[in-house]
Amino acid sequence: MANDPLEAFVTTAIGVRDLKMHYGDFAAVDGIDLEVTTGEILAFLGSNGAGKTTTIEILEGFRKRTSGEVEVLGVDPERAPLSWREQIGIVLQESEPVPELTAGEAVRMQAAYYENPRNPEETLELVGLTSSADHRTRKLSGGQKRRLDLALALVGDPELVFLDEPTTGFDPTARRESWGMIEALRDIGKTVLLTTHYMDEAEHLSDRIVVIGAGKILARGTAEELADQVNAQTRISWKPDAADPRPPDRLGARVDPSNGQAQIDTKDSLVSLHELTNWATEMGVSLPELNVARPTLEDVYLQLTEGHER
Amino acid sequence: MSAFRRVLHQLKFDLLIFRRNPAATFFTVVLPLIFLVLFTSIFGNNTLDNGAKVSTLYVPGILTLAIVSATTVNLAITMTTRRERGMLKRTRGTPIPPWVFILSQMLAGAVIAVAMTVIISVIGRVVYGVSLQFETLPSLAISLVLGAMSFAALGLAMTVIISSEDAAPAVTNAIMLPLYFISGVFLPSDQVPDWVSRIGDLFPVSHMNMALQESYNPFADGAAWPWDHWLVVLGWGLFGAVVALKFFRWTPNR
Repeated sequence: MANDPLEAFVTTAIGVRDLKMHYGDFAAVDGIDLEVTTGEILAFLGSNGAGKTTTIEILEGFRKRTSGEVEVLGVDPERAPLSWREQIGIVLQESEPVPELTAGEAVRMQAAYYENPRNPEETLELVGLTSSADHRTRKLSGGQKRRLDLALALVGDPELVFLDEPTTGFDPTARRESWGMIEALRDIGKTVLLTTHYMDEAEHLSDRIVVIGAGKILARGTAEELADQVNAQTRISWKPDAADPRPPDRLGARVDPSNGQAQIDTKDSLVSLHELTNWATEMGVSLPELNVARPTLEDVYLQLTEGHER
Repeated sequence: MSAFRRVLHQLKFDLLIFRRNPAATFFTVVLPLIFLVLFTSIFGNNTLDNGAKVSTLYVPGILTLAIVSATTVNLAITMTTRRERGMLKRTRGTPIPPWVFILSQMLAGAVIAVAMTVIISVIGRVVYGVSLQFETLPSLAISLVLGAMSFAALGLAMTVIISSEDAAPAVTNAIMLPLYFISGVFLPSDQVPDWVSRIGDLFPVSHMNMALQESYNPFADGAAWPWDHWLVVLGWGLFGAVVALKFFRWTPNR
């Protein structure tokens, strides 16, 4: 038995070691290590072709890997019995509901595939589809179809939910709605692995982010930790008047010729700002449009994936 | 849930899906009835020596058409569509055993075949005086269930060679339409050249047709057991089942 009392509570939902998936000479996944803890939401962030979907399909048991060790809920997906699927919910990137059925019928049909399903009506309510339950699925809007996808993934009451690009192609309102539903999954204690190529989605929804590019993991951690890893700098900017004196060189200011903006990129924004305002007060410079911008995850992501596109 | 109840549950939904699919119901229910009306209008509905109506002879071909439409054609098209649109992949991601899902598709074909036989026989009887022999009912039931399940297995096997949703109706009809003509479904076998019907006899449609003819033969006395035709249909059905079990794909071809 474990000596560490925490070990009883912190368990691994997904464990991956040195996962490789080769198609001929092409390495779609090139040696990935991954660990997802029970109850966390982990975002798998990367551009198209980075290896996200290949990896998630191996974890879902749809694809056989070239090499490496994979355990999902304690079982190797390649050798998992059907009962393993009782605990797993999947939202595929592209999957339509059966057009001849209503939303309610589709959920009831799928519920019976599981030993201990959730109540279908409650599941429809959870995703906000109660009022469309009697509509044929072909009549549902894109956003409603995606909600039905989620209802179908949840009706078996799984421990672990895979979401492959759950909001790709959504308008901003539909995305916000979906985010709310994914956050609700955390509240009911589900473990979630989601793939996305939207930085804001990863930052908003996940406890941890894993950045993947060209089949390799480039970085992992919380959004803040990722920012630290790339030495992301805060940018102080203002719009100087033509008559203003030049700030001293030690501030490291430069002028962006495209918009005439003066910029200071700094690791230590507090000190830089202090020196800048001291100098400005002494010289009687007003620093119009002064702005302090923290690095966005997008900046971090672009730095991380630079040179890893394909 | 027991395996039996799982199959019944899936069957209920598969029949519902079939009923709501306009193409499937047209080719399975409406078109055969149109053929019944057409055949009796074109070829007439004379009275035979023994007092039976000629329309009785049209029924087996029309039933064969209904059964093949409901099973081979319907499944080849809808299962390809459901595969390419990710519906089958979603199903494969759940704990339902694949054989439950596949058996349900085959049983749905059998239920539809029996229902269509009742509909066409009753309408044929009332409107055109089609003769029905109650002694051949057990044989008819075997032909329907065996035939529907075999042709359903062949439909599932055909999805293996169909690469896309768009190709599905074309490939299916390119195979089935000529078969109808050389198998005595549209034209009586004695009106096509001998070598043509001999080619037709290599395939199961012709034997399904002949097995049903035994049940609707107005000159027959007593029950008929068309073992030879059943064996050919069953052989093709088993071939289809083996191909389907070995090569059936659940994930899109893209």
